[in-house]
Amino acid sequence: MSEEMNVTGAEDITDAITPYERLEIIRNKNRPTIRDYLPLIFNDFFELHGDRLYGDDGAILGGIGRLGNIPVTVIAEVKGRDIFENKASNFAMPHPEGYRKALRLARQAEKFNRPVICFIDTPGAFCGIAAEKRGQGEAIARNLAEFMVLKTPVISVVLGEGGSGGALALGVCDELAMLENSIYSVISPRGFASILWKDASKEKEACNIMRITAEDAVNLGIAEQIIPEPEGGAHNDPEMTAENISKFLVKTLNSKMKKDIDVLLNERYNKFRKIGVFSETSENI
Amino acid sequence: MLEDLFKVVTARFNNDGSEKSAETSSEKLFKCPRCSESCSPEEFTGNKWVCPSCGYHSRISARERLSITVDKDSFREYDKDMSSLNPIDFPDYEAKISGLKSRTGLNDAIITGECTIKGEKCIIGVMDSHFMMASMGSVVGEKVTRAFEAAAEKKLPLVLFTASGGARMQEGLVSLMQMAKTSGAAAKLSQAGGLYITVLTDPTTGGVTASFASLGDIIIAEPKVLVGFAGRRVIEGTIKQRLPEDFQSAEFTLENGFADMIVERKNLRRTISHLIRLHRPYKEVDIIV
Ligand SMILES: [Zn+2]
Repeated sequence: MSEEMNVTGAEDITDAITPYERLEIIRNKNRPTIRDYLPLIFNDFFELHGDRLYGDDGAILGGIGRLGNIPVTVIAEVKGRDIFENKASNFAMPHPEGYRKALRLARQAEKFNRPVICFIDTPGAFCGIAAEKRGQGEAIARNLAEFMVLKTPVISVVLGEGGSGGALALGVCDELAMLENSIYSVISPRGFASILWKDASKEKEACNIMRITAEDAVNLGIAEQIIPEPEGGAHNDPEMTAENISKFLVKTLNSKMKKDIDVLLNERYNKFRKIGVFSETSENI
Repeated sequence: MLEDLFKVVTARFNNDGSEKSAETSSEKLFKCPRCSESCSPEEFTGNKWVCPSCGYHSRISARERLSITVDKDSFREYDKDMSSLNPIDFPDYEAKISGLKSRTGLNDAIITGECTIKGEKCIIGVMDSHFMMASMGSVVGEKVTRAFEAAAEKKLPLVLFTASGGARMQEGLVSLMQMAKTSGAAAKLSQAGGLYITVLTDPTTGGVTASFASLGDIIIAEPKVLVGFAGRRVIEGTIKQRLPEDFQSAEFTLENGFADMIVERKNLRRTISHLIRLHRPYKEVDIIV
């Protein structure tokens, strides 16, 4: 575990790829999903279903398995690789029951002292009648609050698309890593363009001013690590990408699991507590 | 999307389908967008900005809300001078903020502080939809978080009047993270045993609904206000059909189990003070006397 990790800070891996080009890379239909990574990263994985309240949301997968020799709980948003998978996973747009399944499994992990690993890959929480009726806002809010005080380490990794509150609901963690080409944003570039310029087709321009890349997230103090992808994107070598993710997880879990839980929880709170940019002097208006 | 929020609620209150604004300042009279009845501005204000004919609860500023909520001269403001910077160098953001500051007299979309309500001491926060549709950026996130922390530290109840179009996209990811920051602070207050009362006002949507607004120990809503996560247009676009009028109303929220009660504006002061009193530490002596 002590050799040089293939994991770097922001400054090392930026050549001239524009944010929009990264968006195109993560939209590649062959981009690996959690279903590809699961068998490459974890052993003895058992999927666990249902939120025990309403149903089982295919947009969020959960289960237990081993990372090396560490038992872990895995919670992940599920992009489909074809139309059938996408139908089953609602294009990775969770309903409230998905977030509640995630919380149920997180609490189970807390009970058995297992760390939680979350994989973020969603355009956003689903927007629909049923989602509103079942309290999409409350479901996300509850996860944000409960993950903040969950007494076990939580590590999150953005695999592709980190879309707004639907992504953040799995993103309250001790350490956030992003795959090199992944994005994380408050609103989709398309949504941003349609609000700002009343023109959703100006997605490319939106990408370039929104600060949505992994490097941006590190610079803004929101992500801690960037996990490198093979030349051209993760789809060119899913095994190598999985290995990079594994290395990051093993290293990070080992350091987080050594910490006293109260220290860890304070650090988690402060990681989010310090985010915000404002002045407090009364100046000339 | 934000401007849609105005239209939706006006439409919900609108019987004849016409688009009229609540304040028709040129005529001095208040003309209700729901029932079209008029009344004098004095009568409207005296009725706490609620239509005397049909009970339409119009949107009010944070200062107006404080004036009808807190005991006279009891309010001490926190973090008055806190003001937004430009975390992602968003084009024209500073100009937009400074324009709004002079137009609204606010530094951002929330006022926080401590006060008494019918003698009950509490921390209070009021969001103001006239400031960028009360979107949550760094200032709203920080002031709300400090309000939670102050409530825990001073062992005082917290009352937040929410209103918001959601996260402030001009602050990019920094605004999204305010959802986690405020929700985490709410969780800590809850662990410390503090009382947190939410009052949902028009409109409470997006990232604020998906964070601290949904985490109250007791959640109150004003009648017929808009409460929801996703924008109505977005949902209609997804499902390709028109949504019913009462979709995402306070009543819809109550019916689906996400609010405790709907309380008219004129009864809020009494309701909040009673609820706070019910959470006072139990003392046998109170019962005997
Ligand atoms: Zn009326």
